[in-house]
Amino acid sequence: MTEELMTEVRQKTEVVDGSSDEHSQKSAKIEAENVHAYFGPVHALQGISLKIHANSVVAIIGPSGCGKSTFLRSINRMHEVIPGSRITGKILLDGADVYSMDAVFVRRQIGMVFQKPNPFPTMSIYDNVAAGLKMNGVRNRKTLDEIVEQSLQKAALWGEVKDSLSKSGVSLSGGQQQRLCIARALAVNPEVLLMDEPASALDPISTAKIEELIYELKKSYTIVIVTHNMQQAARVSDETAFFYIGELIEFDETKKIFTAPTKKQTEDYITGRFG
Amino acid sequence: MVMQRADNSGSSLRFYWRKAVSVTMYVLSGLSALVAIIPLVLIFYYTLSLGLSAINVDFFTQLPKPVGESGGGLANAIVGTLVLVGLGSCISLPVGIMAGIYLSEFGNNAFGMAVRFLTDVLNGVPSIVTGVVAYTMIVIPMGHFSAYAGGVALAILMIPTITRTTEEMLKIVPQSYREAALALGISHWKTSLRIVVRTALGGVITGIMLAVARAAGETAPLLFTALNNRFWHTSLDQPIASLTVFIYNYGVSPFDDWIAQAWAGALVLMLMILVLSVAVRVATRSRFEER
Repeated sequence: MTEELMTEVRQKTEVVDGSSDEHSQKSAKIEAENVHAYFGPVHALQGISLKIHANSVVAIIGPSGCGKSTFLRSINRMHEVIPGSRITGKILLDGADVYSMDAVFVRRQIGMVFQKPNPFPTMSIYDNVAAGLKMNGVRNRKTLDEIVEQSLQKAALWGEVKDSLSKSGVSLSGGQQQRLCIARALAVNPEVLLMDEPASALDPISTAKIEELIYELKKSYTIVIVTHNMQQAARVSDETAFFYIGELIEFDETKKIFTAPTKKQTEDYITGRFG
Repeated sequence: MVMQRADNSGSSLRFYWRKAVSVTMYVLSGLSALVAIIPLVLIFYYTLSLGLSAINVDFFTQLPKPVGESGGGLANAIVGTLVLVGLGSCISLPVGIMAGIYLSEFGNNAFGMAVRFLTDVLNGVPSIVTGVVAYTMIVIPMGHFSAYAGGVALAILMIPTITRTTEEMLKIVPQSYREAALALGISHWKTSLRIVVRTALGGVITGIMLAVARAAGETAPLLFTALNNRFWHTSLDQPIASLTVFIYNYGVSPFDDWIAQAWAGALVLMLMILVLSVAVRVATRSRFEER
């Protein structure tokens, strides 16, 4: 790399740094403070601290086993579901530590979409979307009807399923199932949506739909998405965090991460030299 | 690699040997499958051919006739078997299913392992021993035989089967459904009951029906507890008739019509279990289950 280029990169960095300082002045929707996570003896997250702003999309990238999913699952307290797991540090949601709240309450504020579409197999499309509400005591048919329709519309699935709401959720295609899972997560009215490689099991057309959806959803939700697909991270996110072996290597605006990363490891990963 | 090449280049003897082994194993396994169903066919054949003649309306509506009089039926025994199995189910279903849920969803600890081991031991206890225990525990303190004692004895037999099959069926429900439910803010116990158990319901029902069928076919524990009754029971606090005990008593009797009624009782018992299994399966079938 020539000296000129390096200077250019440095200049860019300074400019972006300036703006991101301003950025961090805004209040954070989610704030991680020195989060350490363990699976038995394995130290999967080694002191992660970062701030996620409201109505932004944050992508988490990094090679397999770097702790992306673990970090995501520590936000809505799903990490602790795994036997032998342990976590220290703080995750603040609007300034309140989720680890001092009831886990069930936390998960109603912070929804999650998984890698593999997992609609409940014994339930209809309607019941899948209504499951979270029904099991938390919502009985009013009219309310349920409304929320189911709204949620399916938000998940861009309403048009495709409005005439077959009583069909099995697993009768849908993979991409539709994933949007059904998004609708199911939205139905309980969370503020944050966590997505763990939501499109990795889908074909390119379904993937494009999910990405469009993320763009739409960001207006009303804060979204954290884990992805292996760097183009996807570049397309959908405002900020990107690069994780490597349990550590947060770099966290900045997506544009900057993909054009002028400050850390050598980030650059190597993005340019495909490892991972 | 070297071996393989030698095989290929060698005479076709090796090829024919392999073919012969394949055909032999195929025929042997097919024959074994046939042998396995022969007893079942024989049971159906004998109960039908020897029992059908004694089946008539009286068999289902009349009480047993005293020695020397012909005719009569086993109506009280049919009802008695239903009552006893019903009592046993009332006790064993809640306990067995809840214990199975505990073992599968919460029992990943020393207590769970102990329960699992003891349940397996209980599963292996001969039913007559269960009968003696129920006799000591209930019949002796109460001072007389009763339907309650019979129900308890059957429940003790049913619980381990229900517990272990429930556990095994819940364990094969993919973890992703549990996670999906938990991530929706559904509490752990609701997830267990309304997602996990609902998903595995078919298998759980199969386990329950196995336990019910086994209990309905038991004689030994009833001899010590429910005893028998040639008349209608008027309360559950009394001895009660059952098909199995009648089959035992009539089957070893010297009277031809009693022996025929014993066969008829066996036939009715089998049909009752069959009808119950099918009915329960249809009633609990998921809307989306393929037929």
